[in-house]
Amino acid sequence: MGAEGIGARVLRKEDRRFITGKGRYTDDMTAPGMGFAAFVRSPHAHAAIKSIDTSAAADMPGVTAVLTGDQLVGDGVGNLICGWMIHSKDGTPMKMGAWRALEAERVRHVGQAVAVVVADTAAQARDAAEAVMVDYEELPAVVDAIDAMKEGAPQLHPEAEGNLIYDWEIGDETATNEAFARAKHVTRMEIFNNRLVPNAMEPRAALAAYDEAEEHYTLWTTSQNPHVARLVLSAFYNIAPEHKLRVIAPDVGGGFGSKIYIYPEEMVCLWASKRTGRPVKWVADRTEAFLTDAHGRDHHTEAEMALDEHNKIIGLRVKTVANLGAYMSLFSSSVPTYLYATLLSGQYDIPAIHCNVKTVYTNTTPVDAYRGAGRPEATYVVERMMETAAREVGMDPAEFRRKNFIRSFPHQTPVIMCYDAGDYEASLDAAMKAADYAGFGTRKAEAAKRGKLRGIGFSSYIEACGIAPSQAVGSLGAGVGLWESAEVRVNPVGTIEVLTGSHSHGQGHETTFAQLIADRFGVPTDSVSIVHGDTDKVQFGMGTYGSRSGAVGMSAVVKALDKVEAKAKKIAAHLMEAAEGDIVIEGGELKVAGTDKSLPFFQVALAAYTAHNLPAGMEPGLKEGAFYDPTNFTFPAGTYVCEVEIDPDTGRTEIVNFVAADDFGKIINPMIVEGQVHGGLTQGIGQALLENASYDESGQLLTASYMDYCMPRADDVPSYKLTTTETLCPGNPLGMKGCGEAGAIGSPPAVINAITNAIGTNEIDMPATPEKVWRAIQAAKMPAAAE
Amino acid sequence: MYETTYHRPKTLAEAGSLLAKSDEAKLLAGGQTLIPTMKQRLAAPSDVIDLRHIEDLKGITETPSGGVRIGAAVTHAEVASSDIVKRQLPGVATLAGGIGDPHVRHMGTLGGSIANNDPAADYPAALLALGATVVTNKREIAADDFFTALFETALGEDEIVTAVVFPKAEKSAYAKYPNPASRYAMAGVFVAKLGDGSVRVAATGAGQGGVFRIGAMEQALGSNWSADAVAGVKVSDGDLLADIHGSAAYRANLLTVMAKRAVAAAG
Amino acid sequence: MATVTITVNGKKRSAAIEDRTLLVQFLRETAGLTGTHVGCDTSQCGACVVHVDGKAVKSCTMLAAQADGAQVTTIEGLAQDGALHPVQAAFREHHGLQCGFCTPGMIMAAVDMINRYPAGLDEETIRKELDGNICRCTGYHNIVKAIKAASDTMRGMAQAAE
Repeated sequence: MGAEGIGARVLRKEDRRFITGKGRYTDDMTAPGMGFAAFVRSPHAHAAIKSIDTSAAADMPGVTAVLTGDQLVGDGVGNLICGWMIHSKDGTPMKMGAWRALEAERVRHVGQAVAVVVADTAAQARDAAEAVMVDYEELPAVVDAIDAMKEGAPQLHPEAEGNLIYDWEIGDETATNEAFARAKHVTRMEIFNNRLVPNAMEPRAALAAYDEAEEHYTLWTTSQNPHVARLVLSAFYNIAPEHKLRVIAPDVGGGFGSKIYIYPEEMVCLWASKRTGRPVKWVADRTEAFLTDAHGRDHHTEAEMALDEHNKIIGLRVKTVANLGAYMSLFSSSVPTYLYATLLSGQYDIPAIHCNVKTVYTNTTPVDAYRGAGRPEATYVVERMMETAAREVGMDPAEFRRKNFIRSFPHQTPVIMCYDAGDYEASLDAAMKAADYAGFGTRKAEAAKRGKLRGIGFSSYIEACGIAPSQAVGSLGAGVGLWESAEVRVNPVGTIEVLTGSHSHGQGHETTFAQLIADRFGVPTDSVSIVHGDTDKVQFGMGTYGSRSGAVGMSAVVKALDKVEAKAKKIAAHLMEAAEGDIVIEGGELKVAGTDKSLPFFQVALAAYTAHNLPAGMEPGLKEGAFYDPTNFTFPAGTYVCEVEIDPDTGRTEIVNFVAADDFGKIINPMIVEGQVHGGLTQGIGQALLENASYDESGQLLTASYMDYCMPRADDVPSYKLTTTETLCPGNPLGMKGCGEAGAIGSPPAVINAITNAIGTNEIDMPATPEKVWRAIQAAKMPAAAE
Repeated sequence: MYETTYHRPKTLAEAGSLLAKSDEAKLLAGGQTLIPTMKQRLAAPSDVIDLRHIEDLKGITETPSGGVRIGAAVTHAEVASSDIVKRQLPGVATLAGGIGDPHVRHMGTLGGSIANNDPAADYPAALLALGATVVTNKREIAADDFFTALFETALGEDEIVTAVVFPKAEKSAYAKYPNPASRYAMAGVFVAKLGDGSVRVAATGAGQGGVFRIGAMEQALGSNWSADAVAGVKVSDGDLLADIHGSAAYRANLLTVMAKRAVAAAG
Repeated sequence: MATVTITVNGKKRSAAIEDRTLLVQFLRETAGLTGTHVGCDTSQCGACVVHVDGKAVKSCTMLAAQADGAQVTTIEGLAQDGALHPVQAAFREHHGLQCGFCTPGMIMAAVDMINRYPAGLDEETIRKELDGNICRCTGYHNIVKAIKAASDTMRGMAQAAE
């Protein structure tokens, strides 16, 4: 692999600027004459707008303009859209309600923007925003998805009767019913997946600058996918044709899905920049982030698992209601369908599965993909069912899983996915060994002496990453292809720029992508620059989400490198008068195999650019591009084991050991992969123990700041024990599967299974707060007390 | 934040006259509550009067009777690391060292905390349990009379807290169960055995009316200073706070558990 | 309006500012030092931590006017003569950062923590002392490792100097 090649723990090239305070985030950008935007937001979850009076605000000091939704619509700015078409089981298309960047008629969630002020300073803009008078007529609100489907519930959109967006199904219902009819045992559970707020530490921000002379816009913004942003802003929101709109996503402080989407505020900044003739900047405060960043999860599920007399799973039946909030966010429709139900087979050979998903509107913040997106929901259902079923039939939970593992590949599940490779037993064994499962009984007894309840829980997760084969997702309703592009530019002096459509917002692409070059050409990573996040520099790309940057983004780089290598070898062969097939690349040199002839890489590059002596007919230059479209999803999988101790006096859960055994296929940089797992695990543990977006009945978000929304802190989580096993993904050139989401996908059920193991119940919902756990312990004590 | 005018008096008298001059002025001690409140536009003082540069408000000294006097502008970090406090009032040192986070403790002050009387603040429990005396620029107020209601105190319009005098205590300890999100107290119990042998127990974070004494625990500990003595004492949940982080019943349970832990820590 | 003079990273900076200006705004907008970040409105995330007269404080919870006359050190002032501070070096060495947004506050908090614990730090103490800093990327695992390593290094340096 070489010191910096594939598999090396190369320290990050991007770190220097971050540790010295020289990172360049959107809020760090300025433009001459820049004004600041502040949004006027609805304090009501559901209300008709009777009037908006901007006159007092317009007269406030420093105010350039106060703009409303009528003006936005009048200027032809389009409604926000959802880009993935889902059809109900009756064949009707999903019901997309109209969503305007500035609402003029009816607000549908607290925090929805109804007007914007542009002023000389952010404080002046905020002062004036408070002076905008909006006359609302309050309407009844509904926040819970089940309630929203009930007769007489407040209706959000005229397009969606009964607030139903779609009623979708997957799998063979008849076969599944037959399996249940002959089942020896059926496990049934009602499972909630709590609503989360992504909370990237950098709040969303935008700086939009309109150049009147060129009729051209530049947008600096906190995006995971600037090209998709440009495409949507151009093609659907009518901001400007693509060649007149440059989107730059500079350093971005975390995304976790929440920065995939194009939000009202960024659109409005672009529009307001043209309207006011000055660059317009907006930076969300944390409360705005809580109210407007797309939330995640919020599922209510009824699940049934059918076992035969040998404790083999023969069927799975799942009914899920998913809350999509007040509007359909950009990819919201795909999350509870193709990113969720297609993973319900887990790591198990389940011959029959049927899943029905209903999605509904409520007066809450829109819900979309958040780290894991659908796959955590699926894993949570499957892995809680596995644990409960094992307990009900009296099997060890690890052995019950082992008995039902898929063992041959490729494996076609009943829910679309065809798993290409894996060794689930290997990761289970690795996890059990690292967790010292055999010693658990001793540890539990020792904890009991200290008055603590100790429990252990498993989760054997699988996810579909490497999103995604374009033709396949197109057939399932995606509005875009999900390939990736790359360009490798070798400079005349032999340094290299790699342009990628992937975007790094913490993932370390500047290091790992450079490692591919170091591996291929034997040049130091310091001679490689990774260029990303700017639509003027990189031709096109689909961005970073769904653990796709490695499996898809790097595969595109590999394809481009293949072309560069082929051309470099041709040139080297020509210069050294050797056969092309005899040229090998080693240690930064192109050599003629079996001879002492060699040329340093930079000399070959120089030769390509001087073009004084190239093979006949060859074009000068050494620059190649490639598009890579995957042929299948990738399937990272693994087993997590969580061990907890619970203080019965307070119900507080402490995670005393957490083992993750992951199979990510080929790993480029183990240090970075471990970091991804640490972060994912912590987000998953946060979901399991701490985090919850809680609304009151009137639609007010009760957890709209860190005073009430419980972010995991350092003392909430342990140091983790990580191990990996490896089966290579056969679908891409490097054999990579992806690692960005696994931790968040696999960990919640492991934590909950450990808690239920400790306190001797199968029922507890996330987040398992101390009070919930304490109450469960009290409830378990009741019969004893009655004796 | 709305616009405001900042003042930095050097003396107590100067601060007092600035305060008297404006109806809408606020005293700014560490600012760890006031500034976030102003940022959220929930407070709009015309003037803020910074107390951090007044010498009279600083310093930790031992009183002749073995108690401790802590200046109002002394930070939580200074209290937590004070040898005098650690020796004489270990419960107060623990309490101060557990307020907020290290950065907040570098700024936040004793005076600011008690003058604000947040129902989830820690200090009121110490003052009440130790029967401390609040010294102002005008008078002395017993802790029992100082905390009047949620976010309300006995302080008059132009009154400034200058110090708190804690009496000598044989034993003192504080145990708190923090709100998992904000890390404020969800239930905090301060137990004290004073120099005269009397026992006082005060709870914060849990009461609808703010800090309060738990008489049943005082009685139990008065006859038997042990964790077991309070283990059976349940606080009625009728007057306790309930929110998304904990019901009144859960807080009642936490009060008993924290009391046990505080007594155990006090030894 | 008030005129304040703050010594930032050893350099005096004077400016006439609105009294409501926060220290973090002064640093970012007036002094042009954008390494100090704002990640929340409620004084909890710690992305804005700087040192005022040698102590870690949240610069989003302090008026610039309160810091008039003070010495402020920001993340930009930590490296001396191009050499990384041991805490900065340890964060890189141990992969204690991902997106980098919380990192300046984390590093400033870590330097302060190590200063307050000259006898050294264990994992439990480090985790407890990080109460005022939120990171969403790293899961804290490598931050804790980095701070422990930096603490050990700095203790070694201090002992060597004695």
